[in-house]
Amino acid sequence: MTESPPSAVGGAPAAGSGPSEPVVTPTRVVVGILLLAPFVALLWVSSYAKSGPELGGWPFFYWYQMLWVLISAAFTGVAYVLVQREEAQRKARRAAAGAGAGAASQAIPAQAAAPDETAATAQPAGDEGQDEDEEADK
Amino acid sequence: MTSGVNGVALGVFIFFFVAVTVLGFLAARWRRADNALHLDEWGLGGRSFGNWITWFLLGGDLYTAYTFIAVPALIYGAGAAGFYAVPYTIICYPLVFLFLPRLWSVSHRHGYVTPADFVRGRYGSKALSLAVALTGILATMPYIALQLVGIQAVLDTLGIGGSSGWSKDLPLLIAFAVLAAYTYSSGLRAPAIIAFVKDTLIYIVIIVAAIYIPIRLGGYGHIFHSAADSLAKTNPVTGKPKGSVIPAPKAQWSYATLALGSAMALFMYPHSVTGVLSAKSRATVRRNTAVLPAYSLMLGFLALLGFMAVAAGVGKGVTGFNAQLAVPQLFDKMFPSWFAGVAFAAIGIGALVPAAIMSIAAANLFTRNVFREFIKPDATPELETKVSKLVSLVVKVGALVFVLGMDKSFAINLQLLGGIWILQTFPSLVAGLFTRWFHRWALLAGWAAGMAYGTWGTYGVAAVGKPHSHFGGSSINIPGIGQTGYVGLTAFVLNAVVSVVLTLVFRAFKAPAGTDETSPADYTAEAGEPGVVEEKPLAAPVA
Repeated sequence: MTESPPSAVGGAPAAGSGPSEPVVTPTRVVVGILLLAPFVALLWVSSYAKSGPELGGWPFFYWYQMLWVLISAAFTGVAYVLVQREEAQRKARRAAAGAGAGAASQAIPAQAAAPDETAATAQPAGDEGQDEDEEADK
Repeated sequence: MTSGVNGVALGVFIFFFVAVTVLGFLAARWRRADNALHLDEWGLGGRSFGNWITWFLLGGDLYTAYTFIAVPALIYGAGAAGFYAVPYTIICYPLVFLFLPRLWSVSHRHGYVTPADFVRGRYGSKALSLAVALTGILATMPYIALQLVGIQAVLDTLGIGGSSGWSKDLPLLIAFAVLAAYTYSSGLRAPAIIAFVKDTLIYIVIIVAAIYIPIRLGGYGHIFHSAADSLAKTNPVTGKPKGSVIPAPKAQWSYATLALGSAMALFMYPHSVTGVLSAKSRATVRRNTAVLPAYSLMLGFLALLGFMAVAAGVGKGVTGFNAQLAVPQLFDKMFPSWFAGVAFAAIGIGALVPAAIMSIAAANLFTRNVFREFIKPDATPELETKVSKLVSLVVKVGALVFVLGMDKSFAINLQLLGGIWILQTFPSLVAGLFTRWFHRWALLAGWAAGMAYGTWGTYGVAAVGKPHSHFGGSSINIPGIGQTGYVGLTAFVLNAVVSVVLTLVFRAFKAPAGTDETSPADYTAEAGEPGVVEEKPLAAPVA
């Protein structure tokens, strides 16, 4: 995914009214690393294309990759929990801010990235489509 | 092909097949909603499936009967190269974790049924949407045909598909007629229910096979050793070893690019998208990316059945042995008859689930993005459903003609191409989920460039031992790197580069960008209210 234009990341404060949410949060960095790890481990084939050490008769090449099925699933599971938690927190904060500042603040989408799409991973991230505003229509 | 019919195995096979048929028809009444005539009902199961059903449905959808036959067949024939299916199905999930929730949300908000619907709404481009839809249909058709190849391999081994004359195709025709009938009447609900049976059987068979067969063959160590010996022998046709148990440095680029390219392509297939959109919530989709790898673990063990077949001497001394029969014959040789029947049923039913979902997905694409777009723009939801149901029949008949009327290798070649083609919709679909920066015409040009390069590149690959044949594989030289890699991924990079460059050009000339009917908030919308119920994490069965 080398085609992505320079993405607008970098924790810039949100424009417009309403509560400002940073684009890069510690949670997102962790999630990004968790999701990126399997790519690095498995696409770097020369790091594991060898027969030893064997495990129960299995050459390293095979049991190592099978082990990564479990590791990757665990990482994705942790990423899921982290992302869901942050999404819930953001919702709660916005609801609280919305109640304080009046409904007007909700009409303008905050310029923060969506909680689930981590900027730390190399997904195409452009100049729009990054806003999060789950309940703005309610 | 074994001689004679194995009565017990055949009996067990027929028992499961009949049971599944009954379930398929009953499925029409399962969780039925009021608006049964809406395409959402027939084509997406009412968009109502929770964690478990989505898990079974997607698992049954993505890990097809052809996979069960082809992956071990590749290992059987070429060794380690076939194991790419494991890294492929590992990295696929962290990748889709990022964009499938957005696709689900925007589709839920706007009532999109197909990936091409989204592209149409996002870019306001009929041409781009048509390109995505046609690519999807084109890539899906041979895939359905190959599910039939999976059933055929089982029927052959059972001894009821191998005789000559047109009656040899009768069992396949019956299986397909039944499949077509219940897909027509029950829609996506049929494969959703049948997937429970299919996956349960598959898990049982693989767990038993992974424990029982190595015990009979003298342990995994012995299996790997005898496979290594066998693969090191020289292939008389090429004068080179047949393969290896550990990939050689030269083969590693192919291994990695094939894994990455396939992972990116998997959720571009319309039937994958259909499975995702039938989930009832965004959280369901995301949660499933963490539990679907249970299937990848199973696939890993299944792949090793190829080595077990080598160690067990399946096909030894048979000239021109069809590697696709390796696993069915291994089961036949190793298991008692009744359990071989269970294993064959698992593969046979394993073909029905994806074939049903694929035909539904292809039919939805035609209905929404060709029929409604170009033929009858004022089509009502009832008419859409009616057309979709009919087209699902046409698609399946087409697949049948494919398998019976043409050389099997033609379907295999086309499926290979299908994977390369479908990958070319990645920029339009995935980039579109994050940004409107790309220009629709640039994406269309990029798509065309990727399609052309991928097809041309594959055309130039001769099959092993047939110097002047075409479409013999998908690994060619990567220009500028000097390594052999997956042509689909190279085509994708070309596609992406063309899309970026032309976007800059079109933007500079201020070409009309088209209207975007989506808004940023659509991409993060969740079903129902905030504070959704059901936060219980789903435990995957031990595989």
